[in-house]
Amino acid sequence: MSKNKFHLSALTAVFKKKAVAIEAKKAHYISGKESRRISRTNRRITNRIEKERKRKHVPESEYLSVMRDPNNVVEFDNVHTYFFTDIGTVKAVDGVTFDVPIGKTVGVVGESGCGKSVTSLSLMQLVQRPQGQTVEGEIRFNTGSKVYNIVKTPTSVMQTLRGNQMSMIFQEPMTSLNPVFRIGMQINEVLELHNPEMTKTEVKAKTISLLELVGIANAEGVYKMYPHELSGGMRQRVMIAIALACNPRIIIADEPTTALDVTIQAQILGLLRELKDKINSSIMLITHDLGVIAEMADFVVVMYAGRIIEKGTAEEIFKNPLHPYTKGLLMSKPIVGKKIDRLYNIPGNVPNPINMPDYCYFKDRCVKSIDVCNGQYPPMIKISDTHYVACYLYAAKEEK
Amino acid sequence: MDKRAMHGIIISVQKKVCDVRKKIRKFASGTGKFFKNPKKYISDYKAAKKAIISDVYTPLVHNPENLLEVNNLKMYFPIKAGLLKRTVGYVRAVDGISFNIKKGTTMGLVGESGCGKTTVGRTILRLYKRTGGQVLFEGRDINKLNKKQLRLIRPKIQIVFQDPYSSLSPRMPVGEIIGEAVREHKIVPKAKFNDYITKIMNDCGLQDYHKDRYPHEFSGGQRQRICIARALALNPKFIVCDEPVSALDVSIQAQIINLLKDLQREYGLTYLFISHDLSVVEHISDTVGVMYLGDLVEYASTEMIFHNYKHPYTEALLSAIPMPDPTYKMNRIILEGSIPSPANPPSGCKFHTRCRYCMDICSKQKPKVIEVEPGHQVVCHLYDKEQLNSLGIDPEEIVKHEK
Repeated sequence: MSKNKFHLSALTAVFKKKAVAIEAKKAHYISGKESRRISRTNRRITNRIEKERKRKHVPESEYLSVMRDPNNVVEFDNVHTYFFTDIGTVKAVDGVTFDVPIGKTVGVVGESGCGKSVTSLSLMQLVQRPQGQTVEGEIRFNTGSKVYNIVKTPTSVMQTLRGNQMSMIFQEPMTSLNPVFRIGMQINEVLELHNPEMTKTEVKAKTISLLELVGIANAEGVYKMYPHELSGGMRQRVMIAIALACNPRIIIADEPTTALDVTIQAQILGLLRELKDKINSSIMLITHDLGVIAEMADFVVVMYAGRIIEKGTAEEIFKNPLHPYTKGLLMSKPIVGKKIDRLYNIPGNVPNPINMPDYCYFKDRCVKSIDVCNGQYPPMIKISDTHYVACYLYAAKEEK
Repeated sequence: MDKRAMHGIIISVQKKVCDVRKKIRKFASGTGKFFKNPKKYISDYKAAKKAIISDVYTPLVHNPENLLEVNNLKMYFPIKAGLLKRTVGYVRAVDGISFNIKKGTTMGLVGESGCGKTTVGRTILRLYKRTGGQVLFEGRDINKLNKKQLRLIRPKIQIVFQDPYSSLSPRMPVGEIIGEAVREHKIVPKAKFNDYITKIMNDCGLQDYHKDRYPHEFSGGQRQRICIARALALNPKFIVCDEPVSALDVSIQAQIINLLKDLQREYGLTYLFISHDLSVVEHISDTVGVMYLGDLVEYASTEMIFHNYKHPYTEALLSAIPMPDPTYKMNRIILEGSIPSPANPPSGCKFHTRCRYCMDICSKQKPKVIEVEPGHQVVCHLYDKEQLNSLGIDPEEIVKHEK
């Protein structure tokens, strides 16, 4: 009897272990049938959006809009950018709202996969279509004379804005320049496309002056070179020259210095700051390096899992961080001159982007979570005119 | 056709023919020498090669306190050109550097990309065959070991690579990645193998059930943990960490650095920590070496490097670090241009092309290693007092003038 009992308990233990393993597998597993059903619904949604986008002769009234504040270049208003994949919808950007004022630098920080790059790509309308779509919200772009709602703007109009009114500096200068064309030609292309009235000699003169502007000493020589003949820092300078070619109103710098050395990074950041004042445009700086943000940005936006969890001026964010995630990020970076025995690390990992919980996304990793956190996702709570945070810890204080 | 133009064409063709003939003659003279006296030709060639890679150093006396001693280590990569793939020059990736690491401590190696940090790490492990110099591991010269001896010493020195995405075989389950070398080197008896792997994985923050998974199922941080577990499983004494956190996010970086520190405490490991991130290096290392273009320009304890730096390059590197504090006003020194080519390094002090305290002597003469304080070595003319006195230059004046 006792022997039997032992056997039974051992068996149940084995089954339980297996059940746990199967359960763990299920979380990532989708049957073929289910996957086909998802892709069918996805196609229905994306086809509808694409059809609307591909119409010819869209009336201007449909995509023109009005700025909330005329001093802003760009206003993100509750932007949702989703990716419709075969294993479910990835909400890469899920309700992002922030402004980029004229002549200011806005830094967007967050871990990889938090949606900071997708936010900027939505602004350029460069999200991979048809699976990636901005499904909701408005991105208002102020060109001075007109205000475009980027989400609704047809591609033909976008082509006159992209590279002209807004431009982008990509992360890797090695891969974003075309290896088979000379540097001069790649800059000329931008100028010729957006200024058809310019003659060839004018274009060349402008290109060379641009190369000089970004601090390349041997501009005439570099004009005739191929990208492989330049070092990483020089290539990034060329990328900046291309971005600046048409005096854009906003420059999006997507991790412009991540691939560069510290000394070259200092050169590039100094250059960006100088140029911003020279041509009076705004910069949207995307990076995960808090040091770079602190040095460059006037306003900081902290993103986590597709949402903004805290935003404010640089001073507010770095001197008085409120959200536990922002605090964790700041504490986990070693600082030169500050001796600590152990670095703080945020426990856990970023949640799976397909099945996001309904409660605060950071709750499972948060050390300060309270009972309210199990409820709805926290709203943005106003701390000061510029400082907002999405955390229940500060909601209670506000009510008192 | 115009007669004159015709004449011009003929002349140019004649010139070209002449050029080609000259080239052929030049080539033939080389081969002719070879055929006249092949032995002499080869010995001459070897002598010329040796002259470039002069291997002059006084052999080290092993100090039992040190786990690793590096003495005048050189690693030149030949540049090959032409039809016969003859060596036409050398990329001087590591050009005579010396340091030693005490047991249970961490040495940080910093510098710009292309300065030879990674090559140092790899040459120490004998993943490259060194060109000159000496690497002593526990008093034995690694480069003089034969195959059998090398195999015995391999598990004791391990490496963690920079990119966890490309350094793990995508076709092996994690248990096999970690266990392969353990089985090969017979670290534990077969019966204990599974328990041992589990223990190592737990130590590195991985779970038991991760064993049967493949690398693509893991995030970057977890992959780096697998790499560390793979190195740790062989019971090493010394680990070269080649930029282990550069490819990771800030919050994950902190996890990995903490893990490395914990493991060091637990197993008494010694690290060579290669990184370009100075703040990370300051956090983890006990001594720091600053490299520039294959040379160790400054070598001292972490505190001295970060608070009492001497070399102008260290000064510039430190001032370039962005601080996460918007109110912090820094006196930034921006180095002009980028690092010169190591195949054709500048004469004299290699840093003189970008140095703001550059003197006449810097471009002419190679600076000596100067011990400013005990344990603080600088390679710079500014601190060579005897020489400056003989030249009648006051170094303080130069520094003041620039500031």
